[in-house]
Amino acid sequence: MQTNQLLLLFCTVLLLLGLVAFFVGRAKAARVRASGTAMYAQPGQYAWFAVLSTAGPAVLVGAVGSLLLLLLGANIPPMYLLAASLVVAAAGLAVGVAQVKPHFHARQAIERVIRWVLTGAAMISIFTTFGILFSIISEALRFFQMHSFWDFITGTTWNPGASFLAAAGRGDGSSAEFGSVPLFAGTFMITAIALLVAVPIGLLSAIYMSEYAPQRVRTIAKPVLEVLAGIPTVVYGFFAAITVAPIIVNIAGFFGLDASYNNAVAPGIVMGIMIIPFISSLSDDVINSVPDSMRQGSLALGMTKGETIRDVVVPAALPGIISAALLGMSRALGETMIVVMAAGMRPNLTANPLEDMTTVTVRIVASLTGDQEFESAETLSAFALGLVLFVVTLTLNLVSVLMIRRFREKYRVNNL
Amino acid sequence: MNSQAPVMNQQHAPDVGQPYTRNEQACHDLSIRVRDLNLWYGKSQALKGLNIDLFQKNVTALIGPSGCGKSTFLRCLNRMNDLIPSVHIEGLVEMDGQDVNAGKMDEVALRRRVGMVFQKPNPFPKSIYENIAYAPRMHDLVSRKADQDELVEKALRDAGLWNEVKDKLQEPGTSLSGGQQQRLCIARAIAVQPDVILMDEPTSALDPISTATIEDLMDKLKEQFTIVTVTHNMQQAARVADYTAFFHLGEIIEYNDTKVMFSTPAQKKTEDYISGRYG
Amino acid sequence: MSHSFDEISQQLKRRHRKSARLKWISMGALGLAGLFLVLFFADMLSKGLPAFQQAYINTEVRYTEEASRDGRLAFEEELLPLISRTVVRVIPLQLRNNPEMIGTSEQRWMLATSEVDQYLKGHRNRLSDEEKAEIDERVATGQVDLRFNKTFFGSGDSKIAENAGILSAVVGTIMTMIVTLLISFPIGVMTAIYLEEFAPDNRFTQLIEININNLAAIPSILFGLLGLAIFINFFGVPRSSPLAGGMTLALMTLPVIIIATRTALRSVPDSIRHAAFGVGCSRWQVVRDHVLPLAMPGIMTGSIIGLAQAMGETAPLIIVGMVAFIPDVSASFTQAATVMPAQIFTWSGEPEQAFVEKTAGGILVLLSVLISLNAFAVVLRKKFERRW
Ligand SMILES: Nc1ncnc2c1ncn2[C@@H]1O[C@H](COP(=O)(O)OP(=O)(O)O)[C@@H](O)[C@H]1O
Ligand SMILES: [Mg+2]
Repeated sequence: MQTNQLLLLFCTVLLLLGLVAFFVGRAKAARVRASGTAMYAQPGQYAWFAVLSTAGPAVLVGAVGSLLLLLLGANIPPMYLLAASLVVAAAGLAVGVAQVKPHFHARQAIERVIRWVLTGAAMISIFTTFGILFSIISEALRFFQMHSFWDFITGTTWNPGASFLAAAGRGDGSSAEFGSVPLFAGTFMITAIALLVAVPIGLLSAIYMSEYAPQRVRTIAKPVLEVLAGIPTVVYGFFAAITVAPIIVNIAGFFGLDASYNNAVAPGIVMGIMIIPFISSLSDDVINSVPDSMRQGSLALGMTKGETIRDVVVPAALPGIISAALLGMSRALGETMIVVMAAGMRPNLTANPLEDMTTVTVRIVASLTGDQEFESAETLSAFALGLVLFVVTLTLNLVSVLMIRRFREKYRVNNL
Repeated sequence: MNSQAPVMNQQHAPDVGQPYTRNEQACHDLSIRVRDLNLWYGKSQALKGLNIDLFQKNVTALIGPSGCGKSTFLRCLNRMNDLIPSVHIEGLVEMDGQDVNAGKMDEVALRRRVGMVFQKPNPFPKSIYENIAYAPRMHDLVSRKADQDELVEKALRDAGLWNEVKDKLQEPGTSLSGGQQQRLCIARAIAVQPDVILMDEPTSALDPISTATIEDLMDKLKEQFTIVTVTHNMQQAARVADYTAFFHLGEIIEYNDTKVMFSTPAQKKTEDYISGRYG
Repeated sequence: MSHSFDEISQQLKRRHRKSARLKWISMGALGLAGLFLVLFFADMLSKGLPAFQQAYINTEVRYTEEASRDGRLAFEEELLPLISRTVVRVIPLQLRNNPEMIGTSEQRWMLATSEVDQYLKGHRNRLSDEEKAEIDERVATGQVDLRFNKTFFGSGDSKIAENAGILSAVVGTIMTMIVTLLISFPIGVMTAIYLEEFAPDNRFTQLIEININNLAAIPSILFGLLGLAIFINFFGVPRSSPLAGGMTLALMTLPVIIIATRTALRSVPDSIRHAAFGVGCSRWQVVRDHVLPLAMPGIMTGSIIGLAQAMGETAPLIIVGMVAFIPDVSASFTQAATVMPAQIFTWSGEPEQAFVEKTAGGILVLLSVLISLNAFAVVLRKKFERRW
């Protein structure tokens, strides 16, 4: 609470200083102007410049200072820091008011500042990417200091078991194994099932909408499909676990097969449903931008409409369709809630989709929601898994972007 | 509609605007007969009461200012207008004694016999070989691989493209130059062995050299096919066409032997147009 | 060697059938997708709607001297196992606060246990046969009934099923969304303005663009890892707090808002910019006074859609600890809170049958909020849509 009050005080004083700057600056500018001197800018602009020169440096000093404090872990009381930035604010006020001179381009100065602020905002997205990369890599590296990278990539047993004991200083943790192959196998199994559902349905829906459907059906069907993409994944997860999984178990039982309630098919199918709109809407765009001359060329040879679509339109749109499928795949790989709720927790290296198996994202969640020490190998393993996930999805996204760009250049369409 | 029997002998007094026979030959066999053809795009009428006989193994050129309905008419001959929902057609287009607009006529079968080459070359996104082999294979014209190879080669030779592409049959059709692409499209059209080939300004997107090549090609192809071509270029019509029809505002003003038409046009409008007074 | 129409038509029959098949199959695919949606909503409604009703028992409550020490003594003995512990527990408290009530009695609708509730709704339950008979008897006389579930909308989470409600999650969602919007909206709009109106077309700008597109496709759980490692572990933002969750979601929403804003800015025709430049406006004035007002509807629409997306997000919030058990509604940005999707997730993990319908009920609430938001965005777009 102490810091909060301090912060409040700081803000109030800064605000007051800003107000002072505004009114003093404007008054001075008005005075100069009233004395008959021509000025480069209007009084209001001088006033705003004074405000900026008061608040800007002060906030900057405050922010940079506290960041340094955090980084260096130094123990300077925040009071000093805030006081320092208030001093800077006062200095800024003096400078800002002093700058109210006829030959000073207040407007240009303000716009320069605005430009810098906008550039700074644009940098945030870059910082985010670096933040993700940095946080994942640094923690993953700590993990790889404890366990070999090679074992992580090729090991077939995931058994973090005793690692938290090691972190607590008891036991040596050597019995813990971090072989991620079963996790990736589970992830790819569920992703494959999802794509098996989503690619045919999504692509065929897109074909229907762009080649056959009357305008009225199109205008209804498109938003309806988008609804599928808007349903939160936690809802899909519930649907998969409560409704779909028992159905799968029953169907498997009907054929005399033994299915787990945490089988891979249920989350796979539901994830597929979730991805349908990604595939259908991108494919729809791509198919629509295949030039009509292609279709006419084929029809004029005496091809049926079906043959034209299958042999000419779809192949022409193929780069875009593949790119849609890759995007869908990247979604499926990184999807978390559906698998957390409907897939198993047991790392299980199997080719039988009716068995329970777990995925990378499930393990990430599991190892970060327990009561482990943050330093334990199990917790850090989440970041190692995250790193692999990041690399894989990033690659898929980039390939997908490249393919769509190739398609765009080929047909010179710019709306994709 | 007019009489059912096709007008075989053009020495009889023809309908208005029907050409006289060419001087050296008594008559030509009829390929497509058009009577009282009217076409509307929604409410606006684009073709008004057309009557024309198109003759086999001849080149017929359609000329006229742009927007006068040449392409629209061409598309009536293989029912490509079906693709435009607002189109409404009345009148007779007859081929082989059958009304092509009749309900029982299969437009796919019609297009199989009436091929088309477009203004802008539109090769499929497939290899050169596949561009040509695809349609004959689907039409069951070839069954064995050897037949198929032979057919591709023949089509490419007929289109005068063989020597240029024989070493790169597996490269994509789009890698060729514009003129080569257009000849590929012609090869693609003749590979399905149609009776009629429609060409809608096939050279307007090409350079003069490619244009000349394709004009020569038309001259050769008319030994096998009936060719109907639209052109903007009067000299081209004069060079390649046996018959020429002059379109104006959706009507055929004059249809005649090309030589006659260009030397002694019967209509004032035709004369104005071919002497370049408008268009 | 030309073929007659009849020959060709003969061969075409098979091909026409195949062609028609593609049409039907593709139509079927779209139908299937629609069917999924219908089944899904039907399933959620059938599971979730009962959650909005809860079993209540109408009984005489005797506010005796003993009842002020032991709430159980205020009720008929055979009813005790059927009445929710939570209402029994508050009776002594109530009497202590209102001593004048001692000695009186009244007929009241008391909250029943979730077992009674599930029995009435025809679900699996753990009632004995005698208890069931007792309830049947009272249902016949209208003394046991399903009534509107105030608790569900009026209270926070609870381990006792009949006492669990969604309110603390709703409040948590609102708090989190405030943080998200306050961060992502200004930064997103400023970034888009920079990219569309100010940025030179150089490597750096392209880098930002690629980066934004990529951010939009990064799995959401990785944002959670960022939030955990940087916001919580490094900057010391309190774990499980709306601040931590909101900041994490803000980074996820950023690309959505940037992309929407850029589209909106781009749809403002250049002629307007030229006209404004022509009367001597500076670049910033052009943007502020002429371009932004015209682009605002598009920006709002995109932001609402981005907000709706963030509202349904769960995975990154689990990582930053927003799955806490929050029985009491708290409106602080720095204290532990939960959000609607996280509440749904927590409930879905409860083994008791009664929580299944709570989960589905929570889903219905969440879905209705999201659908309203999206519908609002659509209306906004329709209303202000302008073709240049
Ligand atoms: N798809 C269409 N929809 C509506 N009107 C069209 C369409 N295609 C052509 N037209 C109209 O029909 C008339 C004839 O066009 P067209 O046959 O393309 O002329 P040409 O090929 O002789 O230049 C023109 O007035 C044109 O505007
Ligand atoms: Mg034309």
